[in-house]
Amino acid sequence: MTTPVKDPKAPVQKPREGLLKRLTRHQLFIPLAALALLVLFNLIADPSFFMVTMKENSLGNPVLSGNIISVLDNASELVILAIGMTLVTASSGGQDISVGAAMAIAGSVILRLVCGGQVSADTMAMPLILAVLAGVVVSALFGAFNGALVAYFKIQPMVATLILFTAGRSIAAWINNNQLPIMNDLSFKYAGTFLPGIPVPTPIFITAAVILFFWLALKFTNLGLYTQSVGINASSSRLNGLDPKLIKLLTYVILGVCVAIAGFVRVSRSGSINYSRIAENIEMDAILAVALGGNALGGGKFNIYGSIVGAYVIQFLTTTLYKYEVPSTALPAYKAVVVILLVVLSAPVVQEKLANLKRAPVKAAKEVS
Amino acid sequence: MQEGAVLEMRGICKEFPGVRALHNVDFTLREGEIHALMGENGAGKSTLIKVLTGVHPKDGGEVHIKGIEGPAVIRSPQDAQNAGISTVYQEITLCPNLTVAENMYIGRTKGMGANWKAMNDGAGKILTSLGIPASPKQQLGSCSIAVQQMVAIARAVDMECKVLILDEPTSSLDEQEVVKLFGLMRDLKAKGVGIIFVTHFLEQVYEVCDRITVLRDGQLVGEYVIEDLPRVQLVSKMLGKELDDMADIKGETGGTAVSLEGDPVLEATGLCSNAGIKPFDFSIRKGEVTGFTGLLGSGRSECVRAIFGADHVTGGNVKMDGKAVKIRKPLDAMKKGIGYLPEDRKGDGIVGDLSVRENIILALQVMKGFFRPFSRAQAEAFADEYIKLLEIKTASSDTPIKSLSGGNQQKCILARWLLTDPKYLILDEPTRGIDIGTKIEIQKLVLKLAAEGKSVTFISSEIDEMLRTCSRLIVMRDRKAVGELNGEDLTQTKIMATIAGGDKE
Repeated sequence: MTTPVKDPKAPVQKPREGLLKRLTRHQLFIPLAALALLVLFNLIADPSFFMVTMKENSLGNPVLSGNIISVLDNASELVILAIGMTLVTASSGGQDISVGAAMAIAGSVILRLVCGGQVSADTMAMPLILAVLAGVVVSALFGAFNGALVAYFKIQPMVATLILFTAGRSIAAWINNNQLPIMNDLSFKYAGTFLPGIPVPTPIFITAAVILFFWLALKFTNLGLYTQSVGINASSSRLNGLDPKLIKLLTYVILGVCVAIAGFVRVSRSGSINYSRIAENIEMDAILAVALGGNALGGGKFNIYGSIVGAYVIQFLTTTLYKYEVPSTALPAYKAVVVILLVVLSAPVVQEKLANLKRAPVKAAKEVS
Repeated sequence: MQEGAVLEMRGICKEFPGVRALHNVDFTLREGEIHALMGENGAGKSTLIKVLTGVHPKDGGEVHIKGIEGPAVIRSPQDAQNAGISTVYQEITLCPNLTVAENMYIGRTKGMGANWKAMNDGAGKILTSLGIPASPKQQLGSCSIAVQQMVAIARAVDMECKVLILDEPTSSLDEQEVVKLFGLMRDLKAKGVGIIFVTHFLEQVYEVCDRITVLRDGQLVGEYVIEDLPRVQLVSKMLGKELDDMADIKGETGGTAVSLEGDPVLEATGLCSNAGIKPFDFSIRKGEVTGFTGLLGSGRSECVRAIFGADHVTGGNVKMDGKAVKIRKPLDAMKKGIGYLPEDRKGDGIVGDLSVRENIILALQVMKGFFRPFSRAQAEAFADEYIKLLEIKTASSDTPIKSLSGGNQQKCILARWLLTDPKYLILDEPTRGIDIGTKIEIQKLVLKLAAEGKSVTFISSEIDEMLRTCSRLIVMRDRKAVGELNGEDLTQTKIMATIAGGDKE
């Protein structure tokens, strides 16, 4: 070569990535940054937001009270659902929109069993643990139904789960002969309120247990590898000995179990159920949590902790808006604005543009020198 | 511009992160000529086409088109179309559920309204004038692939293109369909259209082309008139070395003198699957390298897929080490010690978003079981071992496999199967779409594995690769095993004759 140009074979040098850049590239960056922003906003606007006090609850027991406690408590169902939803999204590249209706079914089954078919019962007709187990089994079966439609009949997840989305609440009502059973036994409400002598709401413990369980499951089994592999490339997964259909089905069953736990928490908050209103629209929040967590809704790679943080962000936002007395009818509009911002910011197109913006001045400076 | 040229590309450069895909490439297309663009995979053919059609912006150089003053500005496929450049891709990019006429006019009607009658009449006229056996109102999906391909060409022609690019148009066509397509190409040539023909089939180049431009490693090797460039020369120009250099591989590794005694590792009789192959018999001994050869679509891949259980096996018996086994799904085959590198690397091989490490351990991990994941350190160790052994070029074992080059991806898939320590390894087109250096490495590896006592089935579209590695070849034609060649019979001409069929000399 006569001209002193670069060797054509020489790889183009990649600029070394700084710590800040690696940090901002991390999948958890956006949801955590959103959380930090919400915290910061509240700190500036009214630091009393973070005050946690001991108050007496309706039973006269001293319990922790405050906005933070209420965020952690109220996010429980959403966090549990978001975990299951993440797995379903990863393996099948679609979402289950029936989780709210399925929660109604699980709650209804549990109430029917503990009330023994009565409208208002003061004692439990059967041990609570058995009733909850029954709820889990029923919910897992409905999950398997959804999963089978998706995996074996190759119906799009949204369409497949639309069936249960439509029918679920009617099924829930039918289970209890259209009555609204009320469970007055205090021990039934332990799971949704407080355990005697413990000032922290029980749902927080249940959520922590679920998170711990999935942390262990992802560490000590191949759940993560298999679901991601199937979600990214089912055909090559099959040639590596996996059964993509079975794995998809499995994730829907896991989501079914999550739904049952969330449904149980929800009904034991009040000891009762309103078929048409219980966990209304929660499926959308669960899907949103997955997206906020930086997970591709088209499936494949996932980060379960992203979804968990995403769920807490949603609840934090809701609680903040409530605190500033945004009317509940206007709430979704405010939420939408925040969500648009977050989703657009985390979109690959925007991320790429931002990265280019950062790189451009550096390149120009180099050329000058 | 030169006299009679419709298209001139001068000094085209294109760089992708890490590679210089095109370096100072010139290309001239004249009116009424069919010009073959040849080169190995990765030589820069598709990049050149994509630069020309505005898919990739070029980094340097000029494009001149007849009838356009000064250098043409092509920033999008739409620009290319307006400049009179039409492209027909390997995969049909039309909509099978629309009619033929709709497909021909889609995206070209002005305004919102559609004049169905004019559209159908216009389409009918072009179809008859080109002799394409399709009715305008027919659904495109109901036509054969060849006719669909021709409709795509008709669409291009109707846009009054000066330059028609055919990117591997024949790879999914059978012989008669190819003849029809060539007829159409000659008609267009007579009408003065310049055609760029990208193909892998040497025969076809010599049948219909006037000129050849050869690219290698992103650089121009030269432009030749077809009569001046015999086949052997063309091949050596594409490969960049004399053929004799390559014939030495066998010698280096001590030859493939395989003991023909010894018990078969795998024996299949009357095996067939739902992929439409006729029942075939197959056996392979310890340390033996066999191959399946035949034209594309002759059923070579389907045979090995049936052995591995990748397709639904519908009949036949399989014995391994003399014992009858049932292989119904890939996992059964894996547990019996069979590994399978599939033909379609992107679709069936890699798991794109997963890391190199996860891709390498995948098969072994699946065999080990759901509840027994490898520790991170163990997986790391496996990956590093094979990255070093096969010289996989990757930033780290954490890099997503999809960001690696084709050859390195293929090495990862090879690593995946070597890690499972198979008794019998099936490699379906392991050398397709990868650079020549890696090709030779893979061939050497095959011979090394055989020397270690493993059995290998090697499939390649390139017959000389098969000749260098295999000691026995099964020849497929029309989804049927039609012959088995070994020893003295393993020559290019003999194979060609068997592929073509003994009855037509």
